[in-house]
Amino acid sequence: MSEAILDIPLNATNPVEPFLRMDRMPHIWCPGCGIGTTVNCFTRALESSKLDLNKVAIVSGIGCTGRVAGYAKLDSFHTTHGRAIPFATGLKLSNPELQVVVYSGDGDLFAIGGNHFIHAARRNMDIKVICVNNLTYAMTGGQTGPATPAEVISATSPYGVFEPSFNLVQLAEAAGASYVARWTTFHVKQLSRSMEEVLHKKGFCFIEVLSPCPTLYQRRNKMGDGLDAMKFYKQVSKVRHGAPTSECALTKAGEIVVGKFVDRDRPDYLELLNHQMKETLGDRYATPEVTCSEG
Amino acid sequence: MHADPKGVLTGVHFLDGDHACCEGTLAAGARFAAGYPITPSTEVVERFAWRIPTIGGIFIQMEDELAASIAIQGAVWGGAKAFTVTSGPGFSLMMEHIGYAAITETPCVFVNVQRGGPSTGLPTLPAQADMMQARWGSHGDYSIIALCPNSPQECFDLTITGFNLAEEFRVPVMMMLDECVGHMTEKVIIPESDRIAITPRRFTHKSPEEFRLFEPTEDLVPDMVKAGDGYRFHVTGLTHDERGYPSMNVETQDRLVRRMQDKLKPFSNGRALFEAVNLDDAEVVVVSYGITSRVAQRATQMARAQGVRAGIFRLISAWPFPEQHIRDIAGHVKAFVVPELNLGQMVHEVERHAAGRAKVISVPHAGGTVHKPEVIMQAILEAAR
Amino acid sequence: MAKGQVAITVERCKGCGFCVEFCPTHVLALSSAFNSKGYHPPHVVAGEKCSGCDLCGMYCPDFAIFGARNAR
Repeated sequence: MSEAILDIPLNATNPVEPFLRMDRMPHIWCPGCGIGTTVNCFTRALESSKLDLNKVAIVSGIGCTGRVAGYAKLDSFHTTHGRAIPFATGLKLSNPELQVVVYSGDGDLFAIGGNHFIHAARRNMDIKVICVNNLTYAMTGGQTGPATPAEVISATSPYGVFEPSFNLVQLAEAAGASYVARWTTFHVKQLSRSMEEVLHKKGFCFIEVLSPCPTLYQRRNKMGDGLDAMKFYKQVSKVRHGAPTSECALTKAGEIVVGKFVDRDRPDYLELLNHQMKETLGDRYATPEVTCSEG
Repeated sequence: MHADPKGVLTGVHFLDGDHACCEGTLAAGARFAAGYPITPSTEVVERFAWRIPTIGGIFIQMEDELAASIAIQGAVWGGAKAFTVTSGPGFSLMMEHIGYAAITETPCVFVNVQRGGPSTGLPTLPAQADMMQARWGSHGDYSIIALCPNSPQECFDLTITGFNLAEEFRVPVMMMLDECVGHMTEKVIIPESDRIAITPRRFTHKSPEEFRLFEPTEDLVPDMVKAGDGYRFHVTGLTHDERGYPSMNVETQDRLVRRMQDKLKPFSNGRALFEAVNLDDAEVVVVSYGITSRVAQRATQMARAQGVRAGIFRLISAWPFPEQHIRDIAGHVKAFVVPELNLGQMVHEVERHAAGRAKVISVPHAGGTVHKPEVIMQAILEAAR
Repeated sequence: MAKGQVAITVERCKGCGFCVEFCPTHVLALSSAFNSKGYHPPHVVAGEKCSGCDLCGMYCPDFAIFGARNAR
């Protein structure tokens, strides 16, 4: 975080504000929701990454986390449910100098969006995916999602979830992601650092952030409020960098393994494309110039 | 501006409609395509995949039509001219994103090479049964432009028109081909690139502070922008105000959906694309489009030989429907005859706008092949009685 | 003089308590006052202990507080 030495008067600006559409505040998230916390970490990461923010684009799907795109002061896209990743694919391929970040939730990215997630990871598409996992479909009232652990009560599992849930970090690794990490909203410093790392890493990068949904998940399961969730994260999280992702499954009240699990270098989609084309076409290959002019 | 010569395959060719359509996209300046294989449309993107690496652009085969239909929109906002290609089942899957393109006013092109339906239907055989779907397929109130080529030459020419209209009106355009037009091989003349007029993207000249991504100009269409130029704009599928910010209230909704409809009103009259043949003395007018119009042409010749004054009003822009033209014609003809490769779709529009002033006779066909000219001729003769 | 201080935008606060809980030197406590939305915002109870680390700012989901180091 910033090392500025300054004397702050009481009307000084919160360092997160230059990165937000302040004309849209206050945001819609509930008291104790962790999405805003992840946004703080993201803005710190943007700042310390020293990227030209005119070249960072953010793409969200639908859901509470999906609203992040609307609040971030970047070229931002609030797309359809589950389809942030293919939108981001088109955006990146047409304008490769953009750093494209997908910021969406567990249901959006892994239920309806699951197919797109695995293919973008398989292709090692150069996009950064930040998944705020509050273990539920929050916006629509707290229904079961693919990440909701067993035995949890939800709006569509009033007698308790019995389906096995996804281990998102294992799925990401298996699909081919170049970078896989998990943190919680308690781990603000580590999360910021991970976000900064992926902003400088080529390839498909995935960060899962566990975050409280006090209004629905916590309340229905008598787990207290947002602060209780944060204390729970602090209590049961274990940092295990490099742990096998198969050992990182989440349960209702058990240990949460956090850390960086995968960090590998693979050629990304555009590198593979260019390489193949140059090999087969030689001089006849025209480097893609996809952006149209205004005439 | 004129076409970029890199994408123009100038010359006299012998191509099928799918291939000609692909050449049309390249001549129009499309440098990004995303697709998913589906008969009988696949050749459009197969050719694009083969041609684009030596022109300079990208084709990506996505994992499904849902992905393809939104990847092209991501590419548009990154600054590209982009399109996707499909047939009935894929068109159905793309509907949500056609609506997204409409409300976000994303200029892009969707090519539907129609085949027998519903569902898997007749993958290799023609139909024209997606016409209403092209207009109404997504949820909510929105408008699109739909063009119907009736030859490989038109597959080339009208695809360029489609891209131009998409840019002019900031709207998704549906190219409604059919399997017959897509798979028939005819002469296609591709002119020199400086003879091909291209409508450039209407990028704004305003500064980031002044510019509002959804603030209409005089023609009710807002100017465009692309990511990476410092505009820090927002695009959302939620009902939004002129800044593009979600504004989910009654007034904003009314203003937005009405403007999106009104901006295309010129197509109901002055901007409509059509072909009129022998209308001056016509007592019966055949309204047709796509491959059926080729059969209708023969049928009207046969009817004329039998003494019936038959004329043709061929829909080239089927949506928005050229209602004023139908209203005008209805005033001085006995009847409209509407042959279609479906059980009656565009005929309802003709009926509605004829408003009882002329008879309207549907000549339906469930699809799989084209009408016999005799069938349409018979309908014309009966209409004239 | 303390190494740092916090600035609190009282009207944004939704009383979640993250800043109070996770301040490493326990500078903050939830006040008994209300903001106009009816939440109890935090207030400084041990200002001399503030290091300006800005952990409160990083935790706050409502962008209602931040800390910074004082000029030396």
